[in-house]
Amino acid sequence: MSSAAPAPEHGWTGWLRRRVVAALPPEKLLPDSQPAYMSSWVYLFGVATVSSLAVVLVSGGLLALKGPAWWHVSAVGKYVNSLHLWSVELFMFVLVLHLWAKFFMAAWRGRRVLTWMTGAVAFLTSIGTAFSGYLVQQNFDSQWIADQAKDGMNAVGIGAFWNVLDFGQMLTWHIVLFPAVICLLSAWHVLLVRLRGIVPPIDAPAPDTHLIPPGQEERA
Amino acid sequence: MTRRNRRAATPESSAFPTRPYDLIKEVTIAMVLVAALTAGLAALFSSPDERPVTLGSWSRTASADFTATAVSELDGTSTTAQYGPPYNHTPGAGQKIGPLGLQRLAGVRIPIDTADDFVIQPLRQAPEPPAVTDALAAWSAAPANQQQAWASAYSDALGKAPNGDPAQVAPGGYGPVPVLTSRLLQLAQSGALDGELLTEGGQFYQTDYTRPLLFLGDGTYFANLAQAQHLAGDQWGMMNETGNYPGQAWLWLYTFWYQIEPFKSSGNADALVWALMALLSVALVLVPFIPGIRSIPRWTRVHRLIWRDYYRTQQPPR
Repeated sequence: MSSAAPAPEHGWTGWLRRRVVAALPPEKLLPDSQPAYMSSWVYLFGVATVSSLAVVLVSGGLLALKGPAWWHVSAVGKYVNSLHLWSVELFMFVLVLHLWAKFFMAAWRGRRVLTWMTGAVAFLTSIGTAFSGYLVQQNFDSQWIADQAKDGMNAVGIGAFWNVLDFGQMLTWHIVLFPAVICLLSAWHVLLVRLRGIVPPIDAPAPDTHLIPPGQEERA
Repeated sequence: MTRRNRRAATPESSAFPTRPYDLIKEVTIAMVLVAALTAGLAALFSSPDERPVTLGSWSRTASADFTATAVSELDGTSTTAQYGPPYNHTPGAGQKIGPLGLQRLAGVRIPIDTADDFVIQPLRQAPEPPAVTDALAAWSAAPANQQQAWASAYSDALGKAPNGDPAQVAPGGYGPVPVLTSRLLQLAQSGALDGELLTEGGQFYQTDYTRPLLFLGDGTYFANLAQAQHLAGDQWGMMNETGNYPGQAWLWLYTFWYQIEPFKSSGNADALVWALMALLSVALVLVPFIPGIRSIPRWTRVHRLIWRDYYRTQQPPR
């Protein structure tokens, strides 16, 4: 009978493990309670954004299985493409609502600036991702969008390197690079939310003494 | 604690009373609902798929426009021929943001010689009837100003011909141009030109549609189709889509600037709008640091609506 050796508690791996577990213990990562002030429908936009992103990724993954031309010649492919289109529309809709809600909640308060910034950059990246998706539809829409968009890209020098008329370049950006950035930013954003907790109402007095010193946080 | 300090301090969320919550359950329910809603919308509305325009369909449907465009590629008056970077070195071409010319700074990285790439090379790649061989030889042997003179004269004559019909052009000194453009039209109508513009340089596998799309964009046929679909720039086309679909509604602000002055009539509109949107994007990311903007939530009091349950339970300040 043998038993597994315990994980080493020294070295950088041990240090990293202790830091991660201390910062995000299970009760923070997957909580079974939440602050009572969160009794509002507005919080559903965040989880709806994550959920629709998952549907976007799955439907896009299904399209990727058969390649970019599949949906033009297959009824099933057309439906999967429709799933992808409408999940993107839903994603952007709830994402914008989430963004506005967080703005009016001044959700960057209490050392949550990075949470706001990762969310804002993810929003901007989503716009780029959706745009590149429209470019790789392989239909009249993508031809026209590419023809028009090239002028904007070229006007600021981007078009010389990021050629919207190059289908291959746009496809790899759309299905690999942009989604990777969005997934990383989204994961970072959600972990920051779990790490910092949900921002309390504006001007809410502290129920006890757990105040963040004024010098360490941003004012609304 | 002073009023200032009270505002500056944000309590830890963990300090507040809690209520039961199941994150996994919430995510699961949201996922199922969003997936079901997406499936329903997809089944109900499907997705648009307007067939692409090919050089073949363009040349068969609007042969006069195709020929006029081919001539403009030869005489160097097409949009692409005079575009500047990244396609060519047209003097003075390229948009600027004030004194900053990023377009020229990036350089010519996708070189396009419209006469050679769009007309002469495709003709050379295809089987050449004797008349075309002679025309190509005459074109190549002529100095640039002679080529320009032939093509310009033919362009003017096409403009005067009924419906721009090459068959009704008055006789004139057009050199080999009518033979070249007539043969190019034949190749395009047969569908051969679509492939030739993609495989210039001898590639077999190809994913770069720069040449055929630029050629297509130089004509009026393509733009007229887009206009009919409400996709033109002055129709807020950037956020529209073919058919009755939502399109990229999130581009409304980007599109908005093109509808108003000074952008609307500026020759540098694309660069200026890009610069403005880049500035606004950075501002969005940096909202927490921008005095005034970061205080809007407190002033508008929308938060009182969002957290109305919480504020209702709070005692009014004495």
